[in-house]
Amino acid sequence: MKFRLTTGAIASVIVFIVAGIAWTLWDQAALAIHKFGWQFWQTSIWDPVSGEFGARPFIWGTLYSAILAILISTPIAIGIAVFLSDWCPASLRAPLVFVTELLAAIPSIVYGLWGIFVLVPAVREFQVALPDWIRAMPMFSGPPVGVSMLSAALVLAIMIIPYTSSIAREVLKSVPATQREAAYALGATRWEATRVALHYARTGIFGAVMLGFGRALGETMAVTMVIGNNPQVKWSLFAPQYTMAAVIANEFSEAADELHLDALVEIGLVLFAITLIVNVGSRLLLWQMNRERKPKQRATAPAEEAA
Amino acid sequence: MTFRDWRRRALSSVMIGLSMAAVLAALIPVALILFFVLAKGIGSINWAFFTHMPAPVGEVGGGMANAILGSLTMVGLGALIAVPLGVIAGIYLSEFHGSTFASVVRFSADTLNGVPSIVIGVFVYAIFVLPVKHFSALAGGAALGVMMLPVITRTTEELLRLVPMALREGAYALGATRSRAMFTVVLPAALPGILTGIILALARTAGETAPLLFTSLNNQFWSTSLNKPMASLTVQVYTYATSPSEDWHRQAWAGALVLVMIVLVCSLAARFATRRLERMHTGH
Repeated sequence: MKFRLTTGAIASVIVFIVAGIAWTLWDQAALAIHKFGWQFWQTSIWDPVSGEFGARPFIWGTLYSAILAILISTPIAIGIAVFLSDWCPASLRAPLVFVTELLAAIPSIVYGLWGIFVLVPAVREFQVALPDWIRAMPMFSGPPVGVSMLSAALVLAIMIIPYTSSIAREVLKSVPATQREAAYALGATRWEATRVALHYARTGIFGAVMLGFGRALGETMAVTMVIGNNPQVKWSLFAPQYTMAAVIANEFSEAADELHLDALVEIGLVLFAITLIVNVGSRLLLWQMNRERKPKQRATAPAEEAA
Repeated sequence: MTFRDWRRRALSSVMIGLSMAAVLAALIPVALILFFVLAKGIGSINWAFFTHMPAPVGEVGGGMANAILGSLTMVGLGALIAVPLGVIAGIYLSEFHGSTFASVVRFSADTLNGVPSIVIGVFVYAIFVLPVKHFSALAGGAALGVMMLPVITRTTEELLRLVPMALREGAYALGATRSRAMFTVVLPAALPGILTGIILALARTAGETAPLLFTSLNNQFWSTSLNKPMASLTVQVYTYATSPSEDWHRQAWAGALVLVMIVLVCSLAARFATRRLERMHTGH
């Protein structure tokens, strides 16, 4: 009993830290929340010098970049997961898993550095090379500066691929073999058997995508270095924009007056809340996937015996 | 073969081809990043980089000695907090994994793992920097510790749960209490794996920038005081990368190369260590 109490007490530190983060941010942002109310998220002018704080461009930039990132990364991540779980020769699997997971191990700052000096110039050249009629469209308008929403979305997509693909791979691995075997027994091709597995695992795969989304929302350094840090709400992929994490990274240590600091903490609080909801949602989906599996297996067992 | 069969087989081949293309699409960025970091960083890695101080603005040369020391110090500080806490929390989770409170702790650890690193920076700023009104290495170390804690906890739990039940039962049969069985039998059996996990967690945390930006800040001078701002490899790379100086860009690439080498070497070592462990367990 003493063992249980002592280790339990130490483990509770983790619970306190999470609660502490929520409470501290709430407490610290009180001034800004009280002063601006909902107005804070509805206005777009961010001018710390004159004391005007409108955070709409940041929440826009965060959501837009993260959604673009999952649009780019999801097909790739699921493709990798399917290849590694169903089709890959056994000898190639371990090295490929290692290399894709290396993407998750490379520090964010290294992505940022690579982004500034390699990706951003490439995006600029790509934009210049586009024909005029495309550049006239609102999605692709703006001067070619390179630092842009597109650069940020590309870096984010690369960074979240390993998270989504490794969870999706685990989910696919947990699909009972009977599912694929039944498909093969009916004369399915390899893709058709995999499609059965994908359909069976859809809840878990959706959870894996959401987990990647949560990572993309909170990513800081790489995005800060390539997105251009310009608070504006624009659809254009080539427009420099700004994210919540980036504005905190850039302005926090230099925030001179209390209101500015509190406004930044409020952005942090909302970022915390959004990532919390997305992460909890994805865990619930993955957990439901695991729970669903058991009764279904039981349900199929008598049928197998009968056959 | 009917046309329909032919079409189904063709579709299957196309999908397999597409999935290979997806793997390629992930391999290309890995290769590009490693190539550029190596190509641009290797020329600036020399003795001076590790032993010299940063050169004053406008002067060419200098190194990152203080930043390297700072990173080591703060990762060490973080580990000092997170390793004991994380291992013990992991022991609790594996021993009492069915209990409600264990679920709460596990859920909190996974939540903490998903909290953006910049938010952890804001949190640590509010509790370590704001009350004393100055940035410090101590705050930086605390932020890194918070980053490591959930990873170490969950790794420890998973590895302890892999230890065969028969080992525990053997200890219980000899009259060991639960804690004695844990510390003399179960934990030693899982220790190599746990150490590997800890080293991986430390290597990853060494690459964190965002939690340090406004906790330890940066320092252009040699400083060993935990109560003062401290340089770190990552923040220094950030400062140099966003500066206009060509010579600083060169050094930023060198810093990035060092950071990549740290995670690469640790990941490779961990991979070989876990493979050896697996062989030991299966007896091949």
